[in-house]
Amino acid sequence: MKLKVGLFSFTSDEGCSMIFLELMNNHFFDWEKLIDFKYFKLLKSKGEIKDLDVAFVEGAISTFKEEKRLKEIRKNSKKLVAIGSCAVNGSPSNQRNFFSDDTKKEIKMVMDNFGHRDKVSALNEIVKVDDNVPGCPMEEDNFLEVLNKYLKEFKVI
Amino acid sequence: MHEDFEISIEGLSKIEGHASLDVKVRRGKVENVKLKISESKRFYTQAIRGKTFQSVPQVVSRICGTCSIAHLTCCTEAVEKALNIEPSEQTALLRKLMTYGMMIRDHAMHLYLFCLPDVFGKDSVLDFDERQHEFVHHAFEVKKAGNDLSKLIGGRAIHPPYAQVGQFSHLPDKEETKDVIKELKIVRSNVFELVRIFYDCPFSFRKKTRFVALTTPDFSFLEGVIKSSQKTIIPEEHYWEHLHRVIIPYSQAAGYQFEGKDFMVGALARMNLNREKLHKETKRDLAKYLRMFPSEDIYHNNLAQAIEIMHCIDHSIEILESSDFKKEPDKKVKIKEGKGVGVIEAPRGTLYYAIDLDKDGKILYGNLVIPTAQNQIKMENDIRTLVSRNLDKDKNFIQYEIEKLIRAFDPCMTCATHFLKVNWV
Repeated sequence: MKLKVGLFSFTSDEGCSMIFLELMNNHFFDWEKLIDFKYFKLLKSKGEIKDLDVAFVEGAISTFKEEKRLKEIRKNSKKLVAIGSCAVNGSPSNQRNFFSDDTKKEIKMVMDNFGHRDKVSALNEIVKVDDNVPGCPMEEDNFLEVLNKYLKEFKVI
Repeated sequence: MHEDFEISIEGLSKIEGHASLDVKVRRGKVENVKLKISESKRFYTQAIRGKTFQSVPQVVSRICGTCSIAHLTCCTEAVEKALNIEPSEQTALLRKLMTYGMMIRDHAMHLYLFCLPDVFGKDSVLDFDERQHEFVHHAFEVKKAGNDLSKLIGGRAIHPPYAQVGQFSHLPDKEETKDVIKELKIVRSNVFELVRIFYDCPFSFRKKTRFVALTTPDFSFLEGVIKSSQKTIIPEEHYWEHLHRVIIPYSQAAGYQFEGKDFMVGALARMNLNREKLHKETKRDLAKYLRMFPSEDIYHNNLAQAIEIMHCIDHSIEILESSDFKKEPDKKVKIKEGKGVGVIEAPRGTLYYAIDLDKDGKILYGNLVIPTAQNQIKMENDIRTLVSRNLDKDKNFIQYEIEKLIRAFDPCMTCATHFLKVNWV
């Protein structure tokens, strides 16, 4: 049995996805035996968000559409892990939260036109988060620890 | 022949960032092609105002995970120009090496992980069978070599902490340098094979195209003049005057024209305009493949990227073997008001930064133009042409061809939506 994993990316620079791809340099052939990537847009077009064991989520939530999708991921995943500081605490993708009123006025048209929420939020402001991997980009060793923890918890290793 | 149909791709895969596409065909004519960059804006142009000149390169590094080194290096150049800081020869060499590491890693990701599945008729590198497994090994070995080179110089491949305005805070470790040289030499044969694969690849899409690139005397992506296939020569600080910004209402990113027309930046442009400056060993070993250029086949962007990986390996080995990096005195900086422009070649093409500093060295204004925004209009126009040429084919076939073509451009949506200014009409 493999661990059913989804990787998701919201408002961010996808730096944590890049770190994940770099970790694959050394771990791909182990993970291939242990992990079933159910959803991973960066590497495959076909994917589904259903019955996931663990969802790894990168990025902060800045639009209503993203909020809805995050809730859908939560509903379909046994565990949800926030990876990288955007997901963990909103920063640096939440810079607009701290703009002056004048600057906020300047960006209002875009905000309205593309369905942005009033505030950019970290994941745990919207859904329950089971684990956090902080860092910008995420800390590699910390990520491996969390992944191994779930590989054991779901009795894959 | 299909008279009326629509193609809608929500969430294009195997590209950097989020984008979707709508195509509408009516009475056997392509009525609409909308490439929608759906990456959420992070308003970097506004966010950098008031930041100090020392911190701003690390802030803009966060615009893009995969090419953070390009944003960091280009913004650093703009800040240094604004403050009249002249980096030492050693710093310039270290920047070249860090950039080469990024190019190797980023191109390898694009070619092996995003494009090779198309060549082998698979959806994903995760689906490769036994016969193709060798290339999965190659992929991760080449990517790792690039990653390790950037780490050696910058401390990390994504958002490298050692790179600073004026200098590097750390020098490469001598033992680690030897390991990286060894690694680069080992993966060279993988890259040779990669070049051959994309040379043999039968995919083709040809169309008259204008190309633009910063041409550097040693093909090192950082310093030079901008050239176009129309023989224009433009100094870095005047590049902006040749660009025309086009608002695309359904996309979260604006597009650009060059002298009023669509154009293309990236590896193919560099190969077309500057290939004689490649490293001598790259030119010697890849002479047969280099004869494909100049080329107007968009799929040769993949071949050009593979050749660039080889160049980055060859030049990095030469620099690492012939340099003895020594601690230099800290760069003295006289803080003053000023404007600076930085232009470099990022993996996906020409990257432009303009920075205005106030008398305290804080950002008054920042403007940047990223490669994907420059390619965006041509990408849409080419998709339109592709659909028109294939109207007699099956819809699934057309959709797959579109996805393949978009991947050949190697777009990066995370970069595209930093956001400039609001200008809705």
